[in-house]
Amino acid sequence: MTVSTGPTHDWDALVVGGGHNGLTHAAYLAKAGLRTLVLEKNELVGGAAITEELRPGFSFTTFSYALSLLRPEIIQELDLVSHGFLPLMMPSSFHPTGDGDYLLLGDDHGQNVQEIRRHSPHDADAYDRYHHDLDQVCRAVQPLFDNIPPDVFGTDPEDQADVAWLLEHLGSVDRRVLHDTVRLLTGSASDWLEDYFEHEAVAGFHASSSIIGSKVGPMSPGSGLVLLFHKLGEHDRHLGSWAFHKGGNGGFTQVLARAATAYGAEIRLGAQVSAVLVDGETATGVVLADGTELRAPVVVSALDPRRTFTELVDPVTLPGDLVDSVRRMRFRGVSAKVNFALDGLPVFPALPDTDDHFGGFLNIGPTIEYVERAFDAAKYGWYSERPFIDAAVQSVVDPDMAPPGKHVMSCFVQYAPYELRGSTWDAEREAFGDRAQAVLESHFPGFGDLVLQREVVTPLDIEQRTGLTEGNIFAGEFLAPQMYFFRPAPGWSQYRTPLRGYYQCGSGTHPGGCVIGSPGRLASHQVLRDLAR
Amino acid sequence: MIRTTPFHPRLSELDTQRLYTHWQGHLSPRRYTHAPKHEYFAVRNSVGVFDTSPLYKYRVTGPDAERLLATALVRDVRRCRPGQAQYTAWCDERGFVRQDGVVLRHAPDDFLLTAARPCLSWFAAVGEGMRVLVEDVSDAWAMLAVQGPRSRAVLSSLAQETTGLAFFDHAPVTVAGAAVTLSRTGYTGDLGYELLVPADDALDVLDAVLEAGRGHGLRPFGEDALSVLRIEAGLVLVDVEWTDSRLAQTDTERVTPTELGLGWMLGGKDAVHETDRAFVGWEAIRRELREGTTRWRTTGVVVDWQHWDELHRGAGLLPPVVEHPHPYESVLYDAEGEHEVGYTTSFVWSPVLQKHVGLARVRPDLAAPGTPLRQEMALSHHNTSVRVTTTRLPFFAPERKTS
Repeated sequence: MTVSTGPTHDWDALVVGGGHNGLTHAAYLAKAGLRTLVLEKNELVGGAAITEELRPGFSFTTFSYALSLLRPEIIQELDLVSHGFLPLMMPSSFHPTGDGDYLLLGDDHGQNVQEIRRHSPHDADAYDRYHHDLDQVCRAVQPLFDNIPPDVFGTDPEDQADVAWLLEHLGSVDRRVLHDTVRLLTGSASDWLEDYFEHEAVAGFHASSSIIGSKVGPMSPGSGLVLLFHKLGEHDRHLGSWAFHKGGNGGFTQVLARAATAYGAEIRLGAQVSAVLVDGETATGVVLADGTELRAPVVVSALDPRRTFTELVDPVTLPGDLVDSVRRMRFRGVSAKVNFALDGLPVFPALPDTDDHFGGFLNIGPTIEYVERAFDAAKYGWYSERPFIDAAVQSVVDPDMAPPGKHVMSCFVQYAPYELRGSTWDAEREAFGDRAQAVLESHFPGFGDLVLQREVVTPLDIEQRTGLTEGNIFAGEFLAPQMYFFRPAPGWSQYRTPLRGYYQCGSGTHPGGCVIGSPGRLASHQVLRDLAR
Repeated sequence: MIRTTPFHPRLSELDTQRLYTHWQGHLSPRRYTHAPKHEYFAVRNSVGVFDTSPLYKYRVTGPDAERLLATALVRDVRRCRPGQAQYTAWCDERGFVRQDGVVLRHAPDDFLLTAARPCLSWFAAVGEGMRVLVEDVSDAWAMLAVQGPRSRAVLSSLAQETTGLAFFDHAPVTVAGAAVTLSRTGYTGDLGYELLVPADDALDVLDAVLEAGRGHGLRPFGEDALSVLRIEAGLVLVDVEWTDSRLAQTDTERVTPTELGLGWMLGGKDAVHETDRAFVGWEAIRRELREGTTRWRTTGVVVDWQHWDELHRGAGLLPPVVEHPHPYESVLYDAEGEHEVGYTTSFVWSPVLQKHVGLARVRPDLAAPGTPLRQEMALSHHNTSVRVTTTRLPFFAPERKTS
């Protein structure tokens, strides 16, 4: 690949934002031979995927905390293993049922079926049907997931060919599977699960992934889409399976940074981009907060769509319908983190002598109704009285995260709406942390005595530290009108922007968010294709 | 009647699965928990323990002990000083490999040899007329492998000598009051140690190790995890990679050390031709090397992941990973898929390498790393082949293994 760069260009490409997609994108561009510079505002790369030693010997995954969605081809194409990629297995899923009992699922299918049968003989075979049906849907949507969305509004032959490909693919999908797909994309997780499970806690366990990062309850239409999205993760090719990266997700983004650097990209920390430089309808570089100007024929924003289209450039210069769409895009963060340094392992009274249940996620949200009630408060601008918690004692899987015998526990907590009615997050931060801790205390008596340190990360903190608008962890909610060829806006789903040379590669583009890397990867295909023209 | 090892009473308490293989007449856990991959990661990321007691152990003593082993073994045991150990093999008169094992030298005239299969009478026959005693001490010793990046930290809290132990060194240490031989050896390709423990002291020593491992993520691992670890480490396994020449029916089942990837044991080409040491099979091996009759080279193969995905997606399947090594060998073809050029003996998905890898034997002219080949693969009831590339062994060799 040859790129014509005049003497006025410092770089072939500038990537704004060193989150995981920015780094992935930069690695691909550098691998293709482009002189690529990543500009990261913080003193640490990773965006929302960072690990911080908040207490000596204790590593906290401040925001993002596990891996699943990361597309396997990125691991291979960027040779991440040679840069330290190490996804540790999370062997179990633990779901207290709220009555002192629990559901503990692991790596042995037959044992899982027995565990479900212990609660409900009816649900034992439903479990197999459920996963089979969901896998079939995953197989149907995977090609959409792994390719640049067709421009359904485009008129040139290439766009029409893309649309024809999409229609042909959809036409090839089994009728029932296509119907299931639409039910998931438009309906509620609760409705979907009702077809399979009768037991409240079994259904509750399967509903937990339907609300992550989204202002929906499991009974809200749209939660099915969130559930499906999470099932598309395939750590080691097990659909819906999760891993914990060595050193947390910050360990993962360090791997990406090493890969990008090894391919020749440069990363500049503490470099806040204040604006993209534009000449007419062409991006020519960026200007940093300190006034430094950098020139490049390609500028790629890894920030969320709100920042990409309304902050880095003057929206007045952009088409009105695009700006309108981006302003109407829903972010509405509802997720918080409460991270703990612990003096020892919590004790679940029904399982006093084992730590097998701490190998993976601890799913604290016994039933669909529990989670739906937790959601209720968020509708009216307040946080849950008894929140849903997705916890992980990561030091059980990776002992290097804490001193021997001590532990770190990451708790993803919902619901915590970005905008509180009648108060502020600065005022409510610790009260919210207390509620999360009280829920943990109710399942793990004596939990409070183990706490050495607690970190409460509110949606406001997420926004202020990572730049994610309203603290939305997906850089734009997973709502049907904000997905695929509508992500981030109708007509702008192919990583380009109205400005020549200005691109987008953040989680707000298809198929982000989550730690998936595909937006960065697919955007690099687009950039490189355009340069080759 | 199936036997149990001296560690069994305690390890069986930690075993939630009761799923065993029968390893040389002993119960050997396949996995201790529902998740063998979790046990695997204990070895790759923290520390795991494996009960390797069913190995045969032979004590070789007497003035001619060195002479016997120098005659019987492929590697030159005279270079093994007291306090050192060697991974070695032995051949038949025709230069085909019989078995492999580890020899520990305690003193100039005192050795301990471990073997996967019984071999007392053969060693006794080789030592006929020598002043040497070969004893089967298999039942007197339990053997515990402690493997993984934290193995040094765990064991050094029990025996300070651990810290100074170099790769393949061993030392007498005291653990839980018991006289233990601690060696820096193992079958995982990671930093690791093995403890030879008097059978009567087995539980005390095991308890001490388990206690020392608290907070380090120590867990027992079974054969499922080991079967992946040893392939990543490029370590061959008798009856999988090859057949004991003495028990093989045809020469196609037999391999020479060079063919098995153990040519390095010969100490270089010159050593074979000029040695003053005539070990069993030496003349045949010398002839093999002189005449270039080596039929195979052992190499790694790595699957082309894109082709693997394409083939499965083309068949309407989600691309899987092979998490348990194939219990069969697969034929290798040239890049065009036209001619048979070798065979893969062990094949599995490597979680740390994120690749399907195989131990293979190929025609010597195709053994250079980077050679494109194809490996047969049954897919949806049809035989097809997937692209693979030869690569150097071992697949996985972290610096900590030898540092």
